[in-house]
Amino acid sequence: MMLIPCPNCGPRHAGEFAYVGETGARPDPATTTATEWRNYLYLRHNRADWTVERWYHRMGCRRYFLVERNTVTHEIRPPS
Amino acid sequence: MRERRSRYSGLALLRHGITGRPWQPAWRSHDLRPSYEVVIIGGGVHGLATAYYLARNHGITNVAVLDKGYLGGGGSGRNTAILRSNYLTPEGVAFYDRSLELYAGLAADLNFNVMFSRRGHLTLAHSDASLRTMRWRAEVNKASGVDSDVIDAHEVKRLVPRIDVTDEARYPILGALHHPPGGIVRHDAVVWGYARAADRLGVHLHQDTEVTGIDVAHGRVTGVRTTRGDIAAPVVLNATAGWSTLVADLAGVRLPVQTFPLQAAVTEPVQPFLSTVVVSGSLHVYVSQTARGELVFGASVDPFASYSTRGSLEFTEGLADHVLQLMPSLARLRLLRQWAGLCDMTPDFAPIMGHTEVEGFLVDVGWGTYGFKAGPVAGEAMADCIAHGRPPELIAPFGLERFARGRLLGEKGAAAVGH
Repeated sequence: MMLIPCPNCGPRHAGEFAYVGETGARPDPATTTATEWRNYLYLRHNRADWTVERWYHRMGCRRYFLVERNTVTHEIRPPS
Repeated sequence: MRERRSRYSGLALLRHGITGRPWQPAWRSHDLRPSYEVVIIGGGVHGLATAYYLARNHGITNVAVLDKGYLGGGGSGRNTAILRSNYLTPEGVAFYDRSLELYAGLAADLNFNVMFSRRGHLTLAHSDASLRTMRWRAEVNKASGVDSDVIDAHEVKRLVPRIDVTDEARYPILGALHHPPGGIVRHDAVVWGYARAADRLGVHLHQDTEVTGIDVAHGRVTGVRTTRGDIAAPVVLNATAGWSTLVADLAGVRLPVQTFPLQAAVTEPVQPFLSTVVVSGSLHVYVSQTARGELVFGASVDPFASYSTRGSLEFTEGLADHVLQLMPSLARLRLLRQWAGLCDMTPDFAPIMGHTEVEGFLVDVGWGTYGFKAGPVAGEAMADCIAHGRPPELIAPFGLERFARGRLLGEKGAAAVGH
């Protein structure tokens, strides 16, 4: 079982949350090239290691927040 | 040691039985050669099939297959071994129908009993909308010469007597897409059969050989570094499924792939009672019975990205709930094992096959939840691609460059399960 630390509600069962995915800097739509935009949309680091990702407390306070999670061991720590 | 490898046959079985002479290993171990014409990373069904068809169809035998663990230890040994070709697009139907044709002839082709069982495949419809989609799929299939038809709930009950077709169910069964050519195969045997056949043709299979680096000079691949030494090679194929982004990173190629586990489970063996494969998209579950009598269950991918192949209690609870909604009489069955395989999911749920921006570095990845049933046809096509230096017509739309061009393929509907 995985506990996700919601900043509002505290640690809750992962089933209450929706996984949003890896975070990355969103390019500025006004200045970005098509290539940069597609890279932002489609490319993922997909690391087998610590990774910063966004979760959504779907069945709770409905807050979006960042979590740092190890994708191999499922350990979780607050994002540094 | 005798160089000639024995063929499996009734006569060989009798001879070994009488003489008590031990069987030779199915494939040999080798020292790493300093160079190969083609290096294939990933010893699963895709990598081994590519090696086999390279040697058999194109005469390219100076080939090494490298696996960081053991052959078939990844998705090839962790899937639910279901085969079918009842896809929705004419291209998808043609592609998987070729794969099914190769699977049907595989035992004879490889001289290895892969236990191919053409037992029919049912995709249940629990709503008018899904019944309409089933009809659409059936018509597309029939237009391509693939046997596929919509049947009603009574017919479903006749084919699967244990199934609950009453109106009491949470998702009542209205009908199903019946696909008689579908079935199951012994997945490990497919891996071993390809490995043995490739070995006989001169391919080197290297287990416990992890690739730690890929050398690229002036935009072309020159070789790989491994835990057992360096290999020079002008062609390197990445066929590593869930680990494909980690391997591609070594060559400086980024892939639009994210890794999600897909769990499966198997029960204790019971008397044969289920003669078809049963799939429910609404309940996210698929069930088949092996030749040993075990029931094999699969579901949808886990809801977050992960490299863990451990099972979870949430999965077992959800699975049991869904299976019992279909077949309440299985309530007393005990689960023997559960496990997870790693799926390489792409943004358009279609695979990535062919060349990359690094010359000589090819990929056969992004197979997500349906890589196993495509193994033979993907191997045949990738071998063609390597031998001729360009992708064959069959896989041309699946190139990596489609993401840069914004020409994604809509294959999500092709999978039987939720994502």
